[in-house]
Amino acid sequence: MAQAAIELIGINKSFGAVRANRDINLEVARGTIHGIVGENGAGKSTLMSILYGFYQADSGEIRVGGKPVSIHTSNDAIALGIGMVHQHFMLVDNFTVLENVILGAENDALLKSSIAKARSELDRLEREYGLEVDPDALIEELPVGLQQRVEILKALYRGAEILILDEPTGVLTPAEADHLFRILKQLKDQGKTIVLITHKLREIMAITDTVSVMRQGTMVATRTTKETTVGELAELMVGRRVLLRVEKGESEAGAIKLSVKNLTVKDSRGVTMVDDVSFDVRGGEIVGIAGVAGNGQSELLEAISGIRHAVSGEVTLDGKPIDLTGKADPGELRDRGLAHVPEDRHHVGLVLAFEENENSILGYHDDERYLKGPFLDVDAIMADAKDKIEKYDIRPGNPRLKTANFSGGNQQKIVLAREMEQDPGVLIVGQPTRGVDVGAIEFIHKRLIAMRDQGKAVLVVSVELDEIRSLSDRILVMFAGRVVGERGPEATEGELGLLMAGVEHQEAAE
Amino acid sequence: MSTPYAKLPAWADYGLIPLINLSVAFIVAGLVVVLVGENPFRAAVILVEGAFGKGTGIAFTLFYATTFIFTGLSVAVAAHCSLFNIGTEGQAYIGGLGIALVCLSLDSTLPWWLLFPLAIVASAAFGALWGFIPAYLQAKRGSHIVITTIMFNFIAASTMVYLLVGLLKPLGSQAPQTRNFVGGAELPKLNWVIELFGAKIRSAPLNICFLLALVMAFLVWLLIWRTRLGYEMRTYGHSPKAARYAGISETRIVLTAMMISGALAGMMALNPVMGDQHNVAIDFVSGAGYVGIAVALMGRLHPVGIVLAAILFGMLYQGGAELSFEMPSITRDMIVIIQGLVILFAGALEHMFRPYIQAIFASFSPKSVGIEAIKGKGA
Repeated sequence: MAQAAIELIGINKSFGAVRANRDINLEVARGTIHGIVGENGAGKSTLMSILYGFYQADSGEIRVGGKPVSIHTSNDAIALGIGMVHQHFMLVDNFTVLENVILGAENDALLKSSIAKARSELDRLEREYGLEVDPDALIEELPVGLQQRVEILKALYRGAEILILDEPTGVLTPAEADHLFRILKQLKDQGKTIVLITHKLREIMAITDTVSVMRQGTMVATRTTKETTVGELAELMVGRRVLLRVEKGESEAGAIKLSVKNLTVKDSRGVTMVDDVSFDVRGGEIVGIAGVAGNGQSELLEAISGIRHAVSGEVTLDGKPIDLTGKADPGELRDRGLAHVPEDRHHVGLVLAFEENENSILGYHDDERYLKGPFLDVDAIMADAKDKIEKYDIRPGNPRLKTANFSGGNQQKIVLAREMEQDPGVLIVGQPTRGVDVGAIEFIHKRLIAMRDQGKAVLVVSVELDEIRSLSDRILVMFAGRVVGERGPEATEGELGLLMAGVEHQEAAE
Repeated sequence: MSTPYAKLPAWADYGLIPLINLSVAFIVAGLVVVLVGENPFRAAVILVEGAFGKGTGIAFTLFYATTFIFTGLSVAVAAHCSLFNIGTEGQAYIGGLGIALVCLSLDSTLPWWLLFPLAIVASAAFGALWGFIPAYLQAKRGSHIVITTIMFNFIAASTMVYLLVGLLKPLGSQAPQTRNFVGGAELPKLNWVIELFGAKIRSAPLNICFLLALVMAFLVWLLIWRTRLGYEMRTYGHSPKAARYAGISETRIVLTAMMISGALAGMMALNPVMGDQHNVAIDFVSGAGYVGIAVALMGRLHPVGIVLAAILFGMLYQGGAELSFEMPSITRDMIVIIQGLVILFAGALEHMFRPYIQAIFASFSPKSVGIEAIKGKGA
């Protein structure tokens, strides 16, 4: 076996009562791509943060290139040749590529010499690894795929030999993801070591040499990728067998519940985000909206749910129009039977600082059931919260617990329980399973299909193509604010991927 | 992935940390006392005895505390809605104007128990009005509430000077203040309560406003944690986006929160005006509004904490006065420095020692930290 680039020995890390990492042992061989998979909250990010100097391990040893090291800050990590590409890019939007690359690595008070040196170095790196990007382009003008490339260049510029990528494909189109994988393979061929954190098992199978599975803070298994299967990995992650695709019967589409006609929405800068979009959702069907993040799906959901002002168009709920001036009262829409599970549960769907029971009435807090005059009926709210906790298997089952202390999957269940239990006629859901663990995904999908089978109209927006394909009865693809195609659930991933990349719309992007 | 955040048991969070902060403040203050050549231990004894040693001291301490409870609650109510109301000072000042108008017109006709409720309403209404204008500008025009409330403190001060040297001043008087109120405008004292415990009180201004302050503290708790309005305020305070999603009107909630905050600030004026001075004089608020910010921060925006913090600051005011009397080298200004240190350590640097204490707790028993905090967390 090749010499280990990184060894983690007996790493423990606790946050209060939560043992994020326990006795983790990990060995990554030099010049390989090593995948780390696990559910959200399994401790992957914590482990990598320890390696990158964001956190200190409570106990355990880190060896880089065979030598024991102590990493207290990210500067220590960089000095040891460890680079990290974060899930959320750490780039300054209004800086050029070059300026971003030297950020924090300026070696002079005046930038002139640094920039000149960086320019030639960047040129070399770009040629060596096939990472073309215009050094003078502004970050905000680059597509996401190229922004990620800048992050990789930043790490390489700092002399990274070991590259950690945290959920790198979350924001990429399938084509961009493929390109990223080609780059990673090239880096590997040049002798770099790559650690890939992801929850997408197919990526693991496609690109890694070895894979480690984490579950509840422990490292449960390490496999050679060639000798394992998606099914085995999923089982190891969850600790039991999982249905990777929910089973559902034929839909029985009924009357039109939600109708969107010629909807146009602009964002705060006046950029058109939703461009003349029309579609209907009938009772008893799930309509899925696929698309790469940032193609207008969020704005579409916000406009329909009355949070965002629409420039023109019409949306009707059960045949009656919705006020699109941005002055609509979301509370009134709820009364009319529109429930909304927002994309961003951390800032919109939940108040993380609230206790669970307080969040279980958010948006419905003016409902008589929860009130005694101007006062909150605490007993009724608690009883209701306990009821939902039971029905949706929210864990831990303590309605007094602060919402921030629930895992992503359970937080999402809190939102879903709240919205679904109101028995709405129309349910719109943004990113139903973003940051949600595999076990909870299955549960959430089943619930959504159950809603459909009860004759509700369900509109799902997701950047996870698998999810859209497995849930939807009809799939709409959004690109650059427009609906560029409608397909049935049998559409192939490739076909949808091309639509998502706008290929049919513009001339070939590749 | 959200940043994991180590929790502390409730007793450490609400007891130990404030205690440590306070101790450090007093140690640094003690060094200041050493610098001027006095014995810090003797100074501390004088301070505490001055505040709590005699009946009169206790009465004065609670009198000052009453004022700070009102301003602390005022700041806290706005803060729960993520509004930093720096305008408590000005709102209290204008609240005094409301009281002046009521008392000047009715003090010789009504008994105190009729005049007092009228004065409460007037002070609250005037304070609320003074909070309303910055709130309106914030909600409708996006003017930042911190800037506008600071400006409104100056406008309030100028307005009151104008009125007190002109319209409200009795003819022929040299002092920039209203005439002294009579009869019904003098609130009953509470000194007899302390005397029940055997202490003797010469003369102290502690009055029924103290009870009113405690009632308001309870009502604020009720408002914030037990009413729909409080729920909406907290939702907006934590996340305006979530509030929008939940159908909570930003304009309405900002206006309401600031008016309640202003009303509480205005009611502060009852204590010095009707309970002590029996007139409205220039600068009668004298910084109590700003102390309210420190009281609210130190009290963790919780009414119980605010009452305790207000008593602490009342002690510093009363004990400090005794101290400068007993130790002439410790001047009035030094007392202000000591108060400033308490504000610095207990308010502004509130979280300075937290990471170390968390580390200590985590090393003792990783398991206990967190679970206890969850169980022990009240409303």
